Amino acid sequence: MHIELKDIHKHYGPVRANNGVNLKVEAGTIFGILGENGAGKSTLMKILAGYIRKTSGQILLDGHVVDYTSPAIAARLGIGMLYQDPLDFPALSVLENFIIGQRRGLTQSNQSFCQKLQSLADELHFALRPDQVIRSLTIGERQQLEIIRLLALGINILVLDEPTTGISSLQKEVLFKALRQLATAGKIVILVSHKLEDVEQLCDNVTVLRRGKVTGNMQAPFDAQKLLKMMFGQIPSTPQCGRITPGKTALVMQGVSASGGRAGLEKCSIQFHQREVIGLAGLEGSGQGVFMRVAAGLKQPVQGKIHMYERDVTDQDYHVFKDYGGMYVPASRMEEGLIPSLTIAEHFALQVSGEFWVNWSKAMQKAEDSIVQFSIKGQKQTLVASLSGGNQQRLLLSFLPSNPKLLLLENPTRGLDVESGHWVWRHLQKYCRTDACIVFSSSELDEIMMVADRVLVFYNGRIIKDVPTCETSVEELGRAIAGKI
Amino acid sequence: MTELNLTILLASVVAGAAPIIFATIGETITEKAGLINLSLDGTIMLSAMVAFVTAYSTDSIVLGFAAAAGVGALLAATVAVFSIYLNQNQVAVGFVLTLMARDLAYFLGNPYSRLAGPQAAPLPVPLLSKLPIVGPILFNHYWPVYLSLILIIVAWWYIYGTPEGLKLRSVGENPQAAFARGIDPRKMQLFSALLGGLFVGLAGATFALAIKPGWGRPQGAEGTGWIALALVIFGGWNPIKAAMGAYLFAFLQVIGIYLQGWFPSVPAQVFQVAPFPLMIFTLMIMFFAQRETAQIWAQNTPWKQSLLKLLAGNAPACLGKPYRPE
Repeated sequence: MHIELKDIHKHYGPVRANNGVNLKVEAGTIFGILGENGAGKSTLMKILAGYIRKTSGQILLDGHVVDYTSPAIAARLGIGMLYQDPLDFPALSVLENFIIGQRRGLTQSNQSFCQKLQSLADELHFALRPDQVIRSLTIGERQQLEIIRLLALGINILVLDEPTTGISSLQKEVLFKALRQLATAGKIVILVSHKLEDVEQLCDNVTVLRRGKVTGNMQAPFDAQKLLKMMFGQIPSTPQCGRITPGKTALVMQGVSASGGRAGLEKCSIQFHQREVIGLAGLEGSGQGVFMRVAAGLKQPVQGKIHMYERDVTDQDYHVFKDYGGMYVPASRMEEGLIPSLTIAEHFALQVSGEFWVNWSKAMQKAEDSIVQFSIKGQKQTLVASLSGGNQQRLLLSFLPSNPKLLLLENPTRGLDVESGHWVWRHLQKYCRTDACIVFSSSELDEIMMVADRVLVFYNGRIIKDVPTCETSVEELGRAIAGKI
Repeated sequence: MTELNLTILLASVVAGAAPIIFATIGETITEKAGLINLSLDGTIMLSAMVAFVTAYSTDSIVLGFAAAAGVGALLAATVAVFSIYLNQNQVAVGFVLTLMARDLAYFLGNPYSRLAGPQAAPLPVPLLSKLPIVGPILFNHYWPVYLSLILIIVAWWYIYGTPEGLKLRSVGENPQAAFARGIDPRKMQLFSALLGGLFVGLAGATFALAIKPGWGRPQGAEGTGWIALALVIFGGWNPIKAAMGAYLFAFLQVIGIYLQGWFPSVPAQVFQVAPFPLMIFTLMIMFFAQRETAQIWAQNTPWKQSLLKLLAGNAPACLGKPYRPE
């Protein structure tokens, strides 16, 4: 079995998302598709999965041209895809999600689907309970369910779009092990990623896309420098790691407990200083999120005391936090930070407007300045919903006050490619020089090691490790995340 | 002073709730697939008129019911086609349609106003109706009332127990994902609108041919559609809970009649209107039940948790957001 894409074009008006892409994948291999955000990887794979239609080109399955118009028909041909945002039903149970779309005989009972689900899950070492509601699962578990579901449909070609975004390093290990197992069983696995490390760890072959075109192919073992060059045209510089002496205490928590998330937050005591960059590590939902929301005054602690720059802010709300120079940037930028159906200029108008009138001239001016200063790829009148993830993040950063004292950032570089991620950190580190304290959470240990001065590991709602990054290692942190100190 | 007879009271609740149950369950099925059919109130009026006129002209109760179901399905199809295939705002279309259908019913039905027409005869179930207490409450009614009781169970089983019901819910939760799995969300929504509309039509017929027989202005069915829309929310989009809401509402209406007799000095309007604010009050309790503080309150107490579970109910995630193919 092999699959071949020939001269695939996809045009959205004048935009060429794919511009003559060719690639060929053999059975039993894990094939990587690498490229920065907006390189056209997702578009290409959605074409392969039947989710969007190509403008021109051919797809050949075992040498025969196949043409299909929906994911369901693609699935019948053996092609299945894991979308970047899981395409499932949060309100329904694991079993119901598994069943929807499967063909069933008249007499086939839910019980038989349940057995199939269990046996496939056991085979790949996934822990899924059929009666759990999808809403309560992590992204990683939802992916596992999707993989099993597609396998039950008889998929031979499995496409995964950025599967390691938003999952813990432990889940990543389980996922990679399962993918290797599938490839060994003779299936084709196509991994779409902007992360070099994923591709290096997993893939046999890789094709690099840049601006809708193939810029190179490589076989394992990979030369990282060469791959970066294919991805970006140039190698991005790593951010400067400025280790400065800490200043005054910025945030102090004493025995703070709060509810929420999967584990809540239990008896958390910390002390952060000015000019420090603190990384929060841990499995998704281990307490980092609650910690930030409590610190930002968005959630009230059940017990404990919180001080910000030596002032008691326990039980104060977000406005007080903001007045004292605090700033919180949530991970779900669209849901909490930006308003999708407003334009860039309107976002600035919301900030600068007076009592009665919208100060358009000032808003326009600010929008224009920020677009230049933060190199946002968009116009003043561009709807925020139509900006790419990286540009949304830049816009959100441009709203930060010019001299914040305490910054809380949730996964500030999630979904960004390496270059955009570096850009964000170069920008953030400027704040450190002006006496701010930066606290951020991240699922990428490499990112924490690179930019943070100190790291806290959350496990089950508790801080089980608090060390300077220069005194620890990725391995040690990885163990701590899994609860082994 | 009116004597309070619990058996008679409950029997009239079961009968009075029948049309509300038809309408509520019909709308629940439609909304489960993500579509809001706001034309309920007008649909009930128009189908009541059509049911009466058809039964009057043909002297067939069954034909009256069939014609009303057809009218219900037709109006629902109008909302569905405009919203799903022609990209129109479903709230606007439904609202305009409800006003239009009501006025159309008054206008076209005017010649038949206050005529003595056919009506469904009481049909006691043999043996069962002789049972003490339960017999008169459940088994001594018009046949549409039995149908309403059966519908509650069947609708619940359809939505939660069959593969088709699962497909229906999947479309209401995430039509994009449903499409990726080979379900046509638009067909599914159109189907659910037709099925739901059919039952709404039966609600109108049950009014005109059984519960409040005859046609006139006012007919007596006015406002039921809006109550049914609220009851769908009250029931948390679950047909059984929605039906319980319908019974609660019917109970409040019936008890109002008794109260009128007991307190003649209180204006009659108070008791007629009372069920409506009481429904809003219950909706508020349901809302509070979903707050975090309520969850903390119920922690470690099984009966409190099951109470909250009973009150909880989430709208289909994509309710009212029309599906557009990519």
